[in-house]
Amino acid sequence: MSNHLENQVRTCDTTGLPVCLNAQKFIRLHGVCAVVFLLIGAVAAILLALTRWPAVHLLNAEWYYRVLTLHGLNMLIFWILFIEVAILYFAATTLLNSRLFSKGVAWAAFLMMIVGAIMVDTVVFQGKADVLMTSYTPLKADPMFYLGIILVAVGTLTGVFNFFATVYIAKRDKTYEGSVPLVVFGAIAAAVIAVVTLLHGAVVMIPTWFWSMGWAEAPDPGWYRLVWWGLGHQSQQVNVCAMVSVWYLLATLTTGAKPLNQAVCRTAFVLYILFINLASAHHLLVDPGVGASWKIWNTSYAMYLAVLASMIHGFTVPASVEVAQRARGYVRGLFSWLTNAPWKNPGFSAFFLSLIIFGFIGGITGVTLGTQQINILAHNTLRIPGHFHATVVGGTTLAFMGLIYYVVPLIFQKEFYARSVATIQPYIFAAGITLMSIGMSFAGSAGVPRRHWDVEFAGANLAAGFDSGTHLWLGIMGMGGVLAFVGLLTFILLTVAAVFFGKSNKGRAMTPWATPKSLVTEGDAEAAHDERSPGTMVLVIVLLAAFVVYYFANWLALTDVWHVR
Amino acid sequence: MSIHIPEKDWFKAPTGGERVWIALSLVWCLIMFIMMPVWHFKGKQNSTGEAYRVEPAQFMARVQQSIQTQSVGEENGVPIVQPPPGGDAYLLGQMWRWQPILKLKKDQSYRLHVSSLDLQHGFSLLPVNMNFHILPGYDHVLTITPTQTGEYQVICNEFCGIGHHLMTGKIIVE
Ligand code: HEM
Ligand SMILES: [Cu+2]
Ligand SMILES: [Cu+2]
Repeated sequence: MSNHLENQVRTCDTTGLPVCLNAQKFIRLHGVCAVVFLLIGAVAAILLALTRWPAVHLLNAEWYYRVLTLHGLNMLIFWILFIEVAILYFAATTLLNSRLFSKGVAWAAFLMMIVGAIMVDTVVFQGKADVLMTSYTPLKADPMFYLGIILVAVGTLTGVFNFFATVYIAKRDKTYEGSVPLVVFGAIAAAVIAVVTLLHGAVVMIPTWFWSMGWAEAPDPGWYRLVWWGLGHQSQQVNVCAMVSVWYLLATLTTGAKPLNQAVCRTAFVLYILFINLASAHHLLVDPGVGASWKIWNTSYAMYLAVLASMIHGFTVPASVEVAQRARGYVRGLFSWLTNAPWKNPGFSAFFLSLIIFGFIGGITGVTLGTQQINILAHNTLRIPGHFHATVVGGTTLAFMGLIYYVVPLIFQKEFYARSVATIQPYIFAAGITLMSIGMSFAGSAGVPRRHWDVEFAGANLAAGFDSGTHLWLGIMGMGGVLAFVGLLTFILLTVAAVFFGKSNKGRAMTPWATPKSLVTEGDAEAAHDERSPGTMVLVIVLLAAFVVYYFANWLALTDVWHVR
Repeated sequence: MSIHIPEKDWFKAPTGGERVWIALSLVWCLIMFIMMPVWHFKGKQNSTGEAYRVEPAQFMARVQQSIQTQSVGEENGVPIVQPPPGGDAYLLGQMWRWQPILKLKKDQSYRLHVSSLDLQHGFSLLPVNMNFHILPGYDHVLTITPTQTGEYQVICNEFCGIGHHLMTGKIIVE
């Protein structure tokens, strides 16, 4: 039994799923704002890439740090949070056949978030908060900066509350029978982690705001880092959870895949919830004041059980695609299912490239750099942005792009222009981010610092600098950055054009993106159905091999440095 | 499908390839976990986080004392200090320099105390590429043993204001 109010629901002309009109309104609102913040972040990104590329060195020092602050906040916090709240609203309403719990709460959440974000961007632009997104004490920003962040956090928390309340009324009103769909389960996991994360944010930001107002002593910098990263890193796990849910969603939408074993997928999400809260530790691996055993236990998220979860999803997601494709008749060899996947569908290519970049680059580097001792070789070097541009950009952001290729026709009910450009956009972005990430990683391996205006150290009293090989990697980073920017801007332009000027598809199904053709007739498909996924097995074994090699290569590199205890 | 209510009997044990992969992954996770405690006891490079509370002014006084008693010269106005092998060495980070320059002996160990007078800083030793976080109010003690001779740069890799890129220092190993 659905609990929709009269005239507050429509049936999707493409999927037949119910769409709550209130939820739809807020999904649109959050979506549009998210893309605006993505644009601000993108303009900042190209300026940064062109500044860190020594041959160009575009901005002056003051603007480099200001733009860096802007980039981190608009991308990592605003773009991601606005999109995620939209995803939560979608999952709880459409997929549970429920209405949104409260329009008023949704407005309150939205207004707090948007006002907070605008406050933050304004003070940063005015040059009153050149503290980077981490605002490590005792660096001090204008009080409006902290207040803005607090507003964004409380607003998001309010949106998350609306999500849980919706899940609750859906259950109460029996709008569905049995267990929630997997994507909703993933969204719930993300939301649970988000609550813990945002509470950390409140714990750290409120005293810091008091201090900036002159009402309290400065928070201890060690304590600040510990709690801030309870916000800063756990929010990345929210992103991982949301991204994996989107992978499952897009796998279904683009190839009709269905998860092989729901128990496995769900257990993996539970592992995230249980062990993610130790995440702040791996930012403190070379910090004073926290001991080795604390670092080792926490940084491993209790023996890497959260990593295990990601490795499980890394298998189950492509395996589900493989099984679906094999059922379509792509049974030849190990990989004909993959080569015949709908690569011209930007929803599919974005999703699959995201999976590959997240796994092969982001995941492997992240676990390795977050190893207690290996972190000595990586802390605050460019290896760190090299890693997270492969997770939260090549992974999460790219997956969300794939999602938006469906959200615009299905929720905004508008068609994209220039569909052939959309077809190649994920490839451009993925290639750019991959190049940039590799350039950053290698430059960082030579010790090039992150968050640093001038790697030539011009004007420093005691000279320092890097060799020409390192400059080459920085050049590759710069070129990758430019390419990624082109891909990102293309995406934004396509989306804006579609949302504001696109042709409406109300009353009919969306123009489909490329879908895989079936080689078999209905009857055969049933017969040929088999659940094996040997191609995926080969892929993950290659992943594991790469992981092992990279991991031990780093231990080997560690033996070369001075002894230290 | 991932967007639909699962069948009633969805709760079942993994089978086939899935099961193999979970087992492999679990083994790999445990290997990675074990590596850290093993290295802690057997390895030569560890970050133990040894630290003591210290007022910035007090730390400054210790640095100045080491400069007065152990100075062996200066470069560009920065004193060069030669601490006793096996003993304490002091390095102060402030906006925007590291001082003093330290002169160490290869294969000798030192208790290197690093702290900050003002903001957070990043101790980054080049081209070796070793990095530690430095906080004001914390005397971060690194028991280090240089294993190579030569001149090494110390730079700052935590943002500490507009002159962050000017913050350099030096360690000489003979
Ligand atoms: C066109 C795409 C992008 C390019 C070219 C780009 C480039 C860069 C560059 C050059 C830096 C500065 C590194 C440094 O100097 O330390 C940076 C930092 C960063 N980027 Fe991106 N980026 C892109 C997209 C994104 C996205 C989509 C996100 C998040 C979802 C993101 C999150 C960050 C964060 C968190 C930082 C660190 C800020 C800090 O150190 O405070 N980036 N990016
Ligand atoms: Cu500094
Ligand atoms: Cu600095």
